[in-house]
This record gives sequence, structure tokens and C-alpha cells, in this order.
Amino acid sequence: MSYFKKSPWLIHYDGSSCNGCDIEVLACLTPLYDIERFGIINTGNPKHADIFLITGSVNEQNKEVIQNIYSQMPDPKVVIAVGICAASGGVFADCYNVMGGVDKLIPVDVYVPGCAARPEAIIDGVVKGLDVLEQKYSQKNNTDKKENA
Amino acid sequence: MKIILISIAFIIFAPILGGLLSGLDRIISARMQKRVGPSIFQPFYDVFKLFQKENVVVNSSQNFYMICFLIFTVFTGAMLFTGEDILLTVFSSTLAGIFFVLGGYSTYSPYSFIGSERELISMMSDEPMVILMAIGMYMVTHSFFIHDIVAFDKPAIIYLPGVFIGYLFVLTIKMKKSPFDLSMSHHAHQEVVSGIKTEFSGKSLAMIEIAHWYENIFLLGTVYLFFAVSPIIGILVSLLVYFIETFIDNTNARVKWQWLLKSSWIVALVFGATNILILYFVK
Ligand code: SF4
Repeated sequence: MSYFKKSPWLIHYDGSSCNGCDIEVLACLTPLYDIERFGIINTGNPKHADIFLITGSVNEQNKEVIQNIYSQMPDPKVVIAVGICAASGGVFADCYNVMGGVDKLIPVDVYVPGCAARPEAIIDGVVKGLDVLEQKYSQKNNTDKKENA
Repeated sequence: MKIILISIAFIIFAPILGGLLSGLDRIISARMQKRVGPSIFQPFYDVFKLFQKENVVVNSSQNFYMICFLIFTVFTGAMLFTGEDILLTVFSSTLAGIFFVLGGYSTYSPYSFIGSERELISMMSDEPMVILMAIGMYMVTHSFFIHDIVAFDKPAIIYLPGVFIGYLFVLTIKMKKSPFDLSMSHHAHQEVVSGIKTEFSGKSLAMIEIAHWYENIFLLGTVYLFFAVSPIIGILVSLLVYFIETFIDNTNARVKWQWLLKSSWIVALVFGATNILILYFVK
């Protein structure tokens, strides 16, 4: 049995978002949505996080930062791209320094649509991410067993 | 034989109780912020999950220090509940703290360096008052042994009101609650990310959490000593103290280390030392 569904800790990183999506992510923490009900904590520390929540696109300046945060997170981990910018670059896609969506750099598991993504949609995305997290955990367990056998 | 039995009971039940208390803490905090908050079992879910995570290690000694921290914290609590020497309890709790700080230093992260430094300052701040508490207990009951202190026929609080106030003050530092949570910043990891804990993940982070559950039960146990004559009042006051700590945690902003050091020493001097002086002359 795994406990990832009961206690997902997430880290939020602002790529080159217009801050619209970030405000919505923070709105999830407020009394109205209160994501701590589900045990979700916004940690701010990649080593403690299970879920990597990215808003905004990848640009030339922050690609190393994103890569760094991603590789610092212990397995199993899930990446959620919040907003159109994180999915494809959105309105900023044609800018000279923008690489595009987050999946240009690291594997994305869940895309949350919207500009800005609504808090309900973000929570929904996180819940979808939990299934992926669970899957990854059981996959890892199975391969470990095979290796040991 | 009795000592072994009590120790085993402590090792099994303290984390259960400590975990529930910390779950309660999170619910009460949430209610104070007009939120619903997580389930009371949330701390257990968190710890179970951490055991299932990969353990990323930057330095192989870091986990060793945390195991020592856990072992000595358990040892401290077991000594308190089996009625051993209160001074030894204080020393072994300090030793546990030192292992925690060493663990922080061993990871080479600037954040955990700052956290470790601040943890040392916190220990410097709370230690005088804790020692005064032990001295006060001795002056009242003429014994450093906790089983004698508990068996004393009057509640120690009658003689030690000032020491109790001072002790409550440093309890906030010991429990790492805001405004004195500068070594780890439990809520909203900003400023120093999560201080000492920054580089710990998976199993070792889970061990730190469990050690804190043990520590909280130990600290509430020391509060109980002031009211040991009547167990019910003792337990109720300990719970009340825990609630007050949660309340303080939610209503105060983090302070700088200078303020922490000054205020805790002044409180120790004004309330603790004065109380003991009066006791010395009157008794
Ligand atoms: S998706 Fe829209 S709201 Fe979100 S960061 Fe991009 S432009 Fe801003």
C-alpha cells in the first residue's frame, strides 16, 4: 500500500509566467480552497517534494534552474504544467528567449489547461498527478522485485 | 524489570501520542486560519509516505547523525518516564540536539548551515532556563531523581511559579514554534528553505519527524512534573500548554536571533533566577 495519495507535497516554480497562474496556485492555499485538507503542502524545497508544479514557459535563463529542481527531487515524482504557457509557451511562444512548453525540457505528466488555470482545475490536475505518482511507485516496486529475483 | 517495561511502553506509545498531537496541532492551526485542515492522522500519512520515497543523500554521515538524534531523543524521554535523574535527562536531550545540529552541518548546504547555526543559538538560549528548572525542582524536593520529584506531596508549581513561566517561554524554543522557529521554519519554507532539514529526504526526514514526536511528549512530560501530585490536573495542564504553544505559533512572526537570545536570557533571569533566589532565602 502506498501513501502518496494521502500526503502529496508539492513545490511550485514560476517559469516565465505572467503571474496570473501563480496567483491561482496560491489561491489554492487560501481558506476557500484549502488544499491542506488533502494533506497537500507547498514545501518550497525540492528534496521534500513529490509534485513539481510549473507555471509559465521555459526560457533560456531558467532552463537550468528547472532541470536542477527536477533532478533534486527524490523518486517517485510527478511534473504538472499549469496554464497554457507551461503547456506550449502560450502567448509568449514567439518570444526570442522562450523555448516553449515545459515538456521541451523535462517529462510532463499532467497538463492543466486555462489562462489563467482556475484553482479548481489546478486541484484537479494535482489529483490526476496522484494517480501517476501511485503508478510510478508500483512500477518502481515491480522492477526492484525483478532485479532482486 | 519495571524500568524495561516502562521504556518499552514509552517507545511504542510516545510516537502514537506525539503524532496525534501534531495532527491536532495542524487542525487547530487550520481552524485558527478559518480553514478545515487535514485529518488528525495526517502526520502518520506523511511519515509513511516518506518511508516510501527515495532517500537522496549528499553525505553518508548525515543519516548516521539523524539516527543518533532519534536514539538519544528516545533515550531522553525513556529516562524521564522511568524516573531517572533529571540532570542526566537534560544533558542527554542536549546531546540529541547536538547530533541534530551536526547532521545539519554535515550536508554542506548553505541553508542547513544557517539553520544549524541558529539551532545552536536556540540551544544557548533555552539551556539556562532548563538548568534552572532542574535546580528549582531540586530545591523544592531535595532530589534530582524524577521519581522523588513526582512523589513529593505538594505540587512543585506552588514553590516555582516564576520558574514555570520561564520554562513555558523556552518551551516555545524547544518545540521550534514561531516566533522562535528560526532554525527550520516549519510553515511556508521561505527565508532558509527548511533550515537544518533542507537536505534530508525520505527515510531520514521521517526519522526527524518521529524524533520530534518523541521530543514533544518528553517536553510535555517535564511540564507535568510541576503538577505531579494530581495526574489529571498534570495531564490537563500539559495539553493546555500544547494548545497555548499552537496559539503562539499562529499569532507571532519569526524574530531575529538577537531577540531570541536576549529575551530568553532576560526571562530566565527575571522569572527563573529570582524565583530560585527567593526560595533560597525563604525556605
Ligand atoms: S497561462 Fe495565461 S495566466 Fe497563466 S502564466 Fe500564461 S499568460 Fe499568464
